[in-house]
Amino acid sequence: MVTVLLITIPLFFGVVSFFIRDDFMRRGVIVACSGAHLALTCFAWGKQDFGLLGGWFVFDDVSFVFLIITSVLFLGASLYGVQYLSNESGHFKDENKKHKIFSNEAVFSGCFLLFLSTMTTVIASQHLALLWVGVEATTLASAPLIYFHRTKRSLEATWKYLLICSVGIAVALLGIFFLAVANNNQSEMLLAKVIENAWQINIPWLKAAFLLLFVGYGTKMGLAPFHTWLPDAHSEAPSVVSALLSGALLNCAFLGILRGYQICIAAGLQSYCQEIFIVFGLLSILFAAVFILGQTDYKRMLAYSSIEHMGIITLGIGLGGGAVFGAMANMLGHSLTKAGLFFVAGNIFSYFKTKKISDIQGIAAGEMCRSGVLWMVGFLLITGMPPSVIFFGKFIILKEALLQGRYGVTVCFLITLAVVFIGMTRIFISMVQGVSAEKKSKSDLRQANAFWRTLTPVVFFVLAIGIGVFFPVWLTRALEAAAKGLGWF
Amino acid sequence: MEMPIDFVIVTVLLMNLMMLSSSRIRTCIQIAAVQGILVGFMPVIIDIHSILPGIIIISFFSIILKGMIFPGLLFRALREANIRKEVEPLGGYPLSLLMGVLMFALSFWLTSRLEYAQPLISYLAAPVSFATFFTGALIIVSRMKAITQVIGYLVLENGIFLFGAVFLGAQSFLVELAILLDIFVAVFVMGIAIFHISREFDHIDTHKLSELKDLITKK
Amino acid sequence: MHTKIVQFILILILSPFLFGVINRTKAFFAGRKGSPLLQLYYDIFKLLRKGAVYSKTTTWIFVAGPIVSLSAVVIASALIPFTGYPSLISFDGDIVLFIYLLGLARFFTVMAALDTGSSFEGMGASREVQFAAFAEPSLFLSLAALARLTGSISLSGIFSSAVINSWAAFGPGIYLVFGAIFIVFLSENSRIPVDDPNTHLELTMIHEVMVLDHGGVDFAYILYGAAVKFWLLGTLLVSMFLGACSRGWGIDVAIFIFGMIFLAVIVGIVESVLARLRLLKVPHFLIIALALSVVALILTMR
Repeated sequence: MVTVLLITIPLFFGVVSFFIRDDFMRRGVIVACSGAHLALTCFAWGKQDFGLLGGWFVFDDVSFVFLIITSVLFLGASLYGVQYLSNESGHFKDENKKHKIFSNEAVFSGCFLLFLSTMTTVIASQHLALLWVGVEATTLASAPLIYFHRTKRSLEATWKYLLICSVGIAVALLGIFFLAVANNNQSEMLLAKVIENAWQINIPWLKAAFLLLFVGYGTKMGLAPFHTWLPDAHSEAPSVVSALLSGALLNCAFLGILRGYQICIAAGLQSYCQEIFIVFGLLSILFAAVFILGQTDYKRMLAYSSIEHMGIITLGIGLGGGAVFGAMANMLGHSLTKAGLFFVAGNIFSYFKTKKISDIQGIAAGEMCRSGVLWMVGFLLITGMPPSVIFFGKFIILKEALLQGRYGVTVCFLITLAVVFIGMTRIFISMVQGVSAEKKSKSDLRQANAFWRTLTPVVFFVLAIGIGVFFPVWLTRALEAAAKGLGWF
Repeated sequence: MEMPIDFVIVTVLLMNLMMLSSSRIRTCIQIAAVQGILVGFMPVIIDIHSILPGIIIISFFSIILKGMIFPGLLFRALREANIRKEVEPLGGYPLSLLMGVLMFALSFWLTSRLEYAQPLISYLAAPVSFATFFTGALIIVSRMKAITQVIGYLVLENGIFLFGAVFLGAQSFLVELAILLDIFVAVFVMGIAIFHISREFDHIDTHKLSELKDLITKK
Repeated sequence: MHTKIVQFILILILSPFLFGVINRTKAFFAGRKGSPLLQLYYDIFKLLRKGAVYSKTTTWIFVAGPIVSLSAVVIASALIPFTGYPSLISFDGDIVLFIYLLGLARFFTVMAALDTGSSFEGMGASREVQFAAFAEPSLFLSLAALARLTGSISLSGIFSSAVINSWAAFGPGIYLVFGAIFIVFLSENSRIPVDDPNTHLELTMIHEVMVLDHGGVDFAYILYGAAVKFWLLGTLLVSMFLGACSRGWGIDVAIFIFGMIFLAVIVGIVESVLARLRLLKVPHFLIIALALSVVALILTMR
């Protein structure tokens, strides 16, 4: 029942908020919905919920971690987003409202909640085709969010996002059909049933199916050769949306791959899949490293950093063993830290009105010192400095790689990480240090330093550090449970 | 019983080739629509002796969607966005036609390497559905307009639907409806995006959508 | 043996008649009375009685062109079966010889055209070769598909195969083959929509422009060669429908000749209904034939 509520509440209020005229009320609905979502998530914790619809919607051990991350991120994003909307609303007042059925902000709020609902659907789906439906729906719900600013560039990004992801996900649909053929045409597509019957599955078809699923959901997840939409969408979307795309959506797409992986493990294809994971994981890190080095746009830089982290997580899953746990920890840390960083980037953008790295200097020195400090802290956390969860995750992955004697992988991993670190250091240091050139208007400063817009990244960073330092038992258990579902025995 | 299915499937294949060689967007939309209708009939044709109500409903919805609603949406976008009527492929029509044939050969080879657990309804089904899938991808890659990319997406979906219809028969009814709904919304959103693109850029030539680039790719 | 010789002679005698049928059909569609059915015979006999004029710049190639072309086509007509009855000469692999004989005929026509040194004829030659580059492979591939379907690699074998006229047994591939051969047939015989045999604008002609400088006996050879070629390629199409029947030789031959006349009527209708394609579009049209034949060939490889 809780599961159904988790999906339907944002769905219902998402549709409703298209029609709410009052800005204040609409913003209230967003926050209330996200809060309710988190509350329900906490309530569902540890309970076996058998859901409705014949077990189509159930949170199992693997997906629960994803649910927590998504829920926390959405609450933070809604708090940040509400403040952001109230700041931005001034820009849209003059636009002629006659031609539009819904105001820009209503579309944003509605799609925001629909995005939450579809994402929860993805996480909860035990039915593979339904999972596909959910992933495609997340694309559609988030496309209007990217186009929020109504500029040419954001339109271009939206179009690329829409088309590349739709085509990519179509590949995944073919993969699901292949899976059904591999499964001897049994129309039963429930994950548990497929895994149960995995011993009699047709191996060549399953291999092809996994490849298609990997390419399909990998496109959505932003793995290296298929990542082309990701930097554009992340840099052109409003920062709060970028945070959600990066922190929550990419993980959800990854869940799609992991479902296929679970079936492959049951069918005894683990090592076949692991090779794919490792190759594409390393490739993603490498791509990201190359593109971060010469980056001129700080939001694109964050986007490439997301590709890098997706690569790390994929690599961790591919290495198997303890690295799966590390990958889960890294995913948790990445979502929190990256969302926080995008929030800070949004503040910086509100103040400086530019995304070019070379135009920004001395954030820490001027009026924006709070954002400057946060920017620097976020940088240290995302590159994996010790108190961060990401350090923990990367360290475990590295240890596993060494234990397995995969020295080539280890060396590649370390070198690319070093390159990423160097590239990001250059960018962050040059932005934070130096003297702030000119003073901006008071209203810009007020926006950029607004309470919730500073608090949410602080909370996320504190969480990332806190988890890294204390690593609470309940969280360890949840991550362990997820890792066990993914072949950590 | 085998013949009509084979004929429908080969017609689907020929439509791919027609689409690749036709120069007008209008014709392309019509071909995609007819192809969609043919593919939509597949679930019914395949198992004509035992037709379940679920199959008929799925078939009905997909025919309505692919044969009427999608072309309607695209024609509307074509009208409102004031698009030039030519397709403008990269590399010319003959080349893309030959590519289409090549893709069919490729998919024939690919599918001949897979083994099937059950006897097949038609030996052509798998290669043609793959070829349709590849043709869609080719159209997306090689055609310069946003609207032709959407047409390519539809062709791609037709290929997947054909595969599903031939190999899987009746899946879970609700799920298939949900998939159709998803595709519908996708095309709808893309239609809106095309409208916005034509308004912002004064054309829907996606090659002009190239502001967002990384330095390294520029060099 | 004597039926084979009779068939061979029938081909040689009857082929110019088809052009008369085409012209009559076109005249009918245009509302004219039209030239007599035997007009081409009259033309050929008239030309045979005339002498030829040779330019001083031409060499022996120019003289040899029509002769070699005609003889190549005539030899090819000895290879082509007559409504499923074996041809005068037939052996395994005569498909290849058949196509290359047609190729030889084209080669010498082109050489003779180039030999004149006229820019017009050179232009025609270049077009002819360009289009042949698309038409020839698709003819080859179509025949290859037919060969795979029937399991025989000689023309007589293919068309005498008992199953050729029950298309259902072959599946959809054979329709594609038919379409491909039909397009090649139109293009090779320089009919609309590829070429217009009646055009008088040199810039738009393909075949006619190549033979502008021939006169008298040479031109008679060329006209006659074109008629025989029309029959040969037409046989491929008609035989696919009629194939081997067994109602007795006489009746079969009569049916077959009527089939050829029917084909000529269809060509006449096509020419009346369609317009000539722009030259730029012609390769596109021929590539459709190529695509169809490739697909057909793939379909036969189960």
